[in-house]
Amino acid sequence: MAGPTRLVVVSAGTGTPSSTRALADRIAQAGLDLLAEAGTPATVSVVELGPLAADTARALVAGFPGQAVQEAIDRLAAADGLIVATPVYKAGVSGLLKSFVDVLDEDLLIATPVLLAATGGSPRHSLVVDDHMRPLFAYMRALTLPTSVYAAPEDWGSAELGRRIQRAAAELAVVVGAGVARAVADRTWSGHDHRFAGDAARAERTAADVDFDSPLMRLAAGGRLPPREAGAS
Amino acid sequence: MQFGIFSVSDITKDAVTGRTPSEAERIDAIVRIAKRADEVGLDVFAIGEHHNPPFFSSSPTTLLAHIAAVTERIVLSTAVTLITTNDPVKVAEDYAMLQHLAKGRVDLMLGRGNTVPVYPWFGQDIRRGVELALEHYNLLHRLWREDVVDWEGAFRTPLQGFTSIPRPLDGVPPFVWHGAIRTPEIAEQAAYYGNGYFANNILAPNLHFKPLVEFYRQRFAHHGHGTPEQAIVGLGGQAFIARRSQDAVRTFRPYFEGSPLYGASYDLEEFMRATPLSVGSPQEVIEKTLGFQEGFGDYQRQLWIVDHAGLPVEMALEQVELLGTEVVPVLRREMAARRAPGVPDAPTHASLVRATYGDAEPRQARPNPNRGDNLTGTSPYLDTDPGVLADRPLVR
Repeated sequence: MAGPTRLVVVSAGTGTPSSTRALADRIAQAGLDLLAEAGTPATVSVVELGPLAADTARALVAGFPGQAVQEAIDRLAAADGLIVATPVYKAGVSGLLKSFVDVLDEDLLIATPVLLAATGGSPRHSLVVDDHMRPLFAYMRALTLPTSVYAAPEDWGSAELGRRIQRAAAELAVVVGAGVARAVADRTWSGHDHRFAGDAARAERTAADVDFDSPLMRLAAGGRLPPREAGAS
Repeated sequence: MQFGIFSVSDITKDAVTGRTPSEAERIDAIVRIAKRADEVGLDVFAIGEHHNPPFFSSSPTTLLAHIAAVTERIVLSTAVTLITTNDPVKVAEDYAMLQHLAKGRVDLMLGRGNTVPVYPWFGQDIRRGVELALEHYNLLHRLWREDVVDWEGAFRTPLQGFTSIPRPLDGVPPFVWHGAIRTPEIAEQAAYYGNGYFANNILAPNLHFKPLVEFYRQRFAHHGHGTPEQAIVGLGGQAFIARRSQDAVRTFRPYFEGSPLYGASYDLEEFMRATPLSVGSPQEVIEKTLGFQEGFGDYQRQLWIVDHAGLPVEMALEQVELLGTEVVPVLRREMAARRAPGVPDAPTHASLVRATYGDAEPRQARPNPNRGDNLTGTSPYLDTDPGVLADRPLVR
């Protein structure tokens, strides 16, 4: 991808002001600063899920996204790194975030570095990031960064939160700056299932992108299926 | 250019009266709708295939054979015939029989359908749905073109010296469209054989299917059937028409909102704006459909759904009437005026017979005599090429 490195914040916070959004912004700024120091110009854009709540729910039910959700999806598809931040409700991630992820193509975030962040009303929910968010993005085959950031009310007055933000942002800056996502996808893309003309940046869009030497394509052109091993279903 | 209607055969509660029609009522209604489509000069009537409530069309050839008997001109088709879970041998036999009874007014659309449990009901595995669709059509293609078929594949018992009867009318198989909404392999198969490709063009954003249509056009040319612009493309859509735009929206709204398919998703205005659903005056439906031609390129077949969302039969009949009298005549003219030179019409039985035989007499298959074992062996017909011998064990 030409042009500056693109970070995208996805915030499921709904308050005004939102502490979830504030946490994501602080992380994003730290990431931008570190990338700039390393000579990698970067931009950040924010996808607020709150205003998309009704559209996200409709996209789930209808089976296809409307314009506003599609624009958000397109931004994620073009992202070099994500910062995903959610409030903790009822001991789990916000349903808004889960619903939004549910409407994404399976291959939209393959190898994309994702920094996980959450805010909650109590430190007792701090494992939600690693217990709920990490498996969700692991399923998406995203590259979840080692350090996640959780902020309970008391953390906002502590220097420790700043240090965790710096550490997580450093991981993001290094992994994004090194172009790991592209290198991994270059090697593994064809091993994943894809939707033709789907939302993913590398989705096949024309006949020129398609491998016609696959078993299915050979079968489509009047060929035969290769014999299967005994016992395979 | 062909214009017509298609139905998925749903039995849906009328949201205005609260009444759900019986299967018998819907089956009667669909025959009336097809007859009216024929009377008002539409070109195509197509019916879906389902094997569970709330649908009625489990046996499309039976229904279409009856409709063939009570109509004059209209081409009868399917939307879709399940090429995954039907035995391709039975598809070959059933649709050839229908083709004879309908005097060639038949083509069919093949697809994978949208119902997961249908696979185990017919002993198949959905995880192999695409392979099933592709392999089954490869066999169907041969069964209609070769009198004697030896065949072996992954999914059904091998065939040795098998002859599918009756042979297609005039020796020309029904034209086949492949329906696909996401699978490039299906579009590739359509392109490889020079068959049609149909995008249902519903329940998705406008032009959502353009990449697949383009893909099919490119591959149609790649496989030597003509230019990309000459590929045989069909599109679906839904239409609700009234003479005045606001009447169409007002009348359709309760059905839209009460429908399990539409009611819980985007509102009617958004659906009208963002998807191919046409609700409005004849002129608005005309303009929206001309937009399909602009977006997808010149195409050969446009089908609308008009009997969905629990609309009463009288309303569906009125839709057919308005399509036939107000919408389609204008679209025929306008689309013809905009069509690039060299773009063909959709194949019909007559055009395929001409392409196959020119001025010569079409083939009429006449069997050889029974050898005493209810078989005619490897030379099934009087005109069987003696050079074609199947390697089946002969019964002495």
